[in-house]
Amino acid sequence: MSDDIFQIAGKTYNSRLIVGTGKYQDFAQTRDAVKASGAEIVTVAIRRVNIGQNAGEASLLDYLPPSEFTYLPNTAGCYTAEDAIRTLRLARELLDDHRLVKLEVLGDQHTLFPNVRETLKAAEVLVKDGFDVMVYTSDDPIIAKELQEIGCCAVMPLASLIGSGMGILNPWNLRLIIEQLSVPVLVDAGVGTASDATIALELGCDGILMNTAIAHAKDPVRMARAMKLAVEAGRESFLAGRMPKKLYSADPSSPVSGLIAASK
Amino acid sequence: MKLSLNGEHREFPDSITVADMLGILELTGKRVAIERNGEIVPRSQHADTRLADGDVLEMVVAVGGG
Repeated sequence: MSDDIFQIAGKTYNSRLIVGTGKYQDFAQTRDAVKASGAEIVTVAIRRVNIGQNAGEASLLDYLPPSEFTYLPNTAGCYTAEDAIRTLRLARELLDDHRLVKLEVLGDQHTLFPNVRETLKAAEVLVKDGFDVMVYTSDDPIIAKELQEIGCCAVMPLASLIGSGMGILNPWNLRLIIEQLSVPVLVDAGVGTASDATIALELGCDGILMNTAIAHAKDPVRMARAMKLAVEAGRESFLAGRMPKKLYSADPSSPVSGLIAASK
Repeated sequence: MKLSLNGEHREFPDSITVADMLGILELTGKRVAIERNGEIVPRSQHADTRLADGDVLEMVVAVGGG
């Protein structure tokens, strides 16, 4: 276990679970859930300051200090490469020359499916600009490879639609992506429950990013803990290597000899 | 002078700096990032960057998100 290293952009992390910080009841619940998840990287969104409204109000950063967590600013809500690039440049300034970012350029408001053309454009600019880009994308192996070639430090295909909780709809595509890429592959979006996370890690994903599955559970803090365990179980299971499936051919686990005499 | 701040037009005293503006908005010392007419104004330059009538400013913070 000790030699199972998870690295993103040259930095080593103990947890393969990255969590979002949206959709919680309040900052205290956000903090409690993040801590229970064991996540070291947390995503944040970049939004306009509410001018004149409660200047003294607490902020997310008070509850999850950037000194204790690696912030992963995202471009959620951006529909063009230009907006995503501007947002992340602001994030870099906001977080003191912070380079690790999550790029997502959305295609439409109904599906929140990525706009892959704009994503590729933004990725090229951001990588050249010195960002370490973790990129949300569709589960297309060809596009995933292009994003790696552009220089993204992690590729993050969706398992199903953002916030849908539908789980892993196409494990075959994920496998193709995992097999072809040398940078970390993380499932981002669509996870609904702990078993989904385990399946993702069992498939060989290097990690997983989720928000709604925890925040919208009946007990978010407890689900956060479940996700931590699920990710660890999935990773261990992947490393252990599962037994081959033997369809229609049972194989008893107990000795076949030495049974007492069969009754007549 | 008039500034466009996060999409809203607001009146400010003439030729103030970015730092002055933050003071007026009671945001001094808060972690915010500012873009002026499409260009980032680094925190180290807030005190030296003088604003002009018609400038378009975006001012952002980190919030919860996935």
